[in-house]
Amino acid sequence: MSDVSAAPGEELAVDRSKMRVSSTEVAIEMVDVNKWYGEFHVLRDINLKVMRGERIVVAGPSGSGKSTMIRCINRLEEHQKGRIVVDGKELTNDLRKIDEVRREVGMVFQHFNLFPHLTILENLTLAPIHVRRMPRREAEEVAMLYLKRVKIPEQAHKYPGQLSGGQQQRVAIARSLCMNPRVMLFDEPTSALDPEMIKEVLDVMVGLAEEGMTMVCVTHEMGFARQVANRVIFMDAGQIVEQNEPEAFFTNPQHDRTKLFLSQILH
Amino acid sequence: MSNPSVYVRAAMAPAQPAPRSTVGVAGWLRTNLFSSLWNTVLTLLAIALIVSIVVPTVRFTLVDAVWSGEGREACLAANGACWAYVKAYLPQFIYGRYPIDERWRVDLVYAMLALGLVLLMVPRIPAKGATLAFMLLVFPVVAFVLLTGGGLELDGGLIPDDVMAPSAFRFWIEYGAVCAVLLALAAALAAWQGASVARTLRNLAAALAVLAVVLLAVSVDVGLEHVETANWGGMLVTLVVAVTGMTASMPLGVLLALGRRSNMPVVRLASVVFIEVWRGVPLITVLFMSSVMLPLFLPSGVTIDKLFRALVGVALFNSAYMAEVIRGGLQAIPRGQYEAARALGLGYWQMMRMIVLPQALRLVIPGIVGSFISLFKDTTLVLIIGLFDFLGQIQASANSATWASPVTGISGYIFAAFVYWIFCFGMSQYAGFVERRLDTGYKR
Ligand SMILES: Nc1ncnc2c1ncn2[C@@H]1O[C@H](COP(=O)(O)OP(=O)(O)O)[C@@H](O)[C@H]1O
Ligand SMILES: [Mg+2]
Repeated sequence: MSDVSAAPGEELAVDRSKMRVSSTEVAIEMVDVNKWYGEFHVLRDINLKVMRGERIVVAGPSGSGKSTMIRCINRLEEHQKGRIVVDGKELTNDLRKIDEVRREVGMVFQHFNLFPHLTILENLTLAPIHVRRMPRREAEEVAMLYLKRVKIPEQAHKYPGQLSGGQQQRVAIARSLCMNPRVMLFDEPTSALDPEMIKEVLDVMVGLAEEGMTMVCVTHEMGFARQVANRVIFMDAGQIVEQNEPEAFFTNPQHDRTKLFLSQILH
Repeated sequence: MSNPSVYVRAAMAPAQPAPRSTVGVAGWLRTNLFSSLWNTVLTLLAIALIVSIVVPTVRFTLVDAVWSGEGREACLAANGACWAYVKAYLPQFIYGRYPIDERWRVDLVYAMLALGLVLLMVPRIPAKGATLAFMLLVFPVVAFVLLTGGGLELDGGLIPDDVMAPSAFRFWIEYGAVCAVLLALAAALAAWQGASVARTLRNLAAALAVLAVVLLAVSVDVGLEHVETANWGGMLVTLVVAVTGMTASMPLGVLLALGRRSNMPVVRLASVVFIEVWRGVPLITVLFMSSVMLPLFLPSGVTIDKLFRALVGVALFNSAYMAEVIRGGLQAIPRGQYEAARALGLGYWQMMRMIVLPQALRLVIPGIVGSFISLFKDTTLVLIIGLFDFLGQIQASANSATWASPVTGISGYIFAAFVYWIFCFGMSQYAGFVERRLDTGYKR
């Protein structure tokens, strides 16, 4: 048997020509961010600076706080100490700022979270129409454009329940893209999928990276990390333990915890 | 190939017909009714029970019934139901003591309601939004004016009488002042919350303007004779109480359910207290309070219509129940739905209106219809505060000297039961239809 989780990554065809990391423009900045769930200290002194155009992969054992960290970036979770600045807007209790940030930051979830009572097209046009106040016709045109990009325009009038997991996840990505975000967050987008569907989702993500999208991906697809990421971050127990370029990260991990994790995940 | 003992079938084996004993009428009967001795005994017992109920019922209500005739003699001669009496009193059962010459007004309201329901309930008819807006905004006002005669006297009361005499003018001055205060408060709140002040003001101003139009509409004299609610009765009272109760309890129930799940402790506490207080009190008590106790708390000279008080009581009572039904639906919506909506930048009310409530309400259609059905039947309780609803009207007429006979009362009650059953059965059938239609196959 071949290694299923590594296999799709090896087949990814990546064109790096347009991937460009800005050296001046900061997309996300987290400074000494701390968060507690009650007594439980889930994020400890997180410092992370993501430049425009960067593709960051976040890895780490289950429960290490990866989801919590990226959910703080669009304020699905509130941090209690430190500063988070997204696109020049600091996240505080100011609802207007939070809404502005959410409009600019797309998020893709492990379980897709499509709206089951709406058709695929309605899922895609809802936010552009009601949040961006785009005319319906225009929103539908944009939606069809993105459905073509994720290669399922023929499903536009079906309901999410009628699609396969891989198709649903591609719809979820298209739904975020319809808001024309400047940053995309992915929280284990392929870990709820059957192996044969992983590649179709990763292909869409590679396409995004090739166009220069700023991305933060929590994923254990190490093939994707190797070929697409420009930086891999390793988290454990609420801390960023180590970060490096993918090649160095995989071939020469510094910390014992990273080594242990890599040995478990790469067999 | 190397092993000749292996046999591989080259073609699909043809499907075999099912055993004769499980198909057809005889098969169905055998498997379902007579599969065992015990089952056979039960089946025979059930048949005996059904026959012993159905035969006398059919005999009493159809075969031996009296269909025409005048006065108690007709009923006294009957061995079965006296439908002649029901026929004679039918107008009273429908309109109560509403003046005969004005009954066209009630008919018009019935017709509008029926038309509106058909337009809303048949899926193929377009423009649901416009129809719904009409039925929720325009229809109640028109129905109010038609049924009561309109010309409600609004003369204000905030400015003392010795400063300014009661008049419509005083009322509208006060209305303007209250609006100004509300707008200022809303603007301050919006600014403090970081929401858009302009949009908040625009929405509130629109709502207040609509309210002003409604108040104007119910207060102008349209030249209709005034009909006291004390003269309303029969199906009219039943429908007014039931329809108002249902329409008001839905939005109130939604707000209370959302309030109970709110992050704001004050809102949550208020919702919990409201819901638990109303759910802890029997409807009869609520009605008694509204008719006997409430007037004691009102300043002398102020009277509130008895029917109106009952309406408010029924609406609030049922909104508490509705809130719990809807809360059940809200709890079933996965957290991911909220998160996806939030991540897309939808605000709280957008998220609730477009994502959460449509799914939650769909899940609890059976519960909502159950509440509607019990509300419809509970309207009969207004009898105890002296309002004559459909059942009350029937009961009152059964004792009238002109028709009194041993079968008059029974006939009336059978008729009442039949009519209530038609309404309730219709509601439950329609709910089943909606449920099947809305099923988009996402319950995987
Ligand atoms: N809402 C919550 N309340 C309390 N604890 C939570 C909550 N969400 C997550 N946690 C805990 O926080 C830790 C980090 O969770 P998470 O960020 O989901 O980890 P990861 O995504 O890396 O698996 C886990 O131990 C988890 O049990
Ligand atoms: Mg996680």
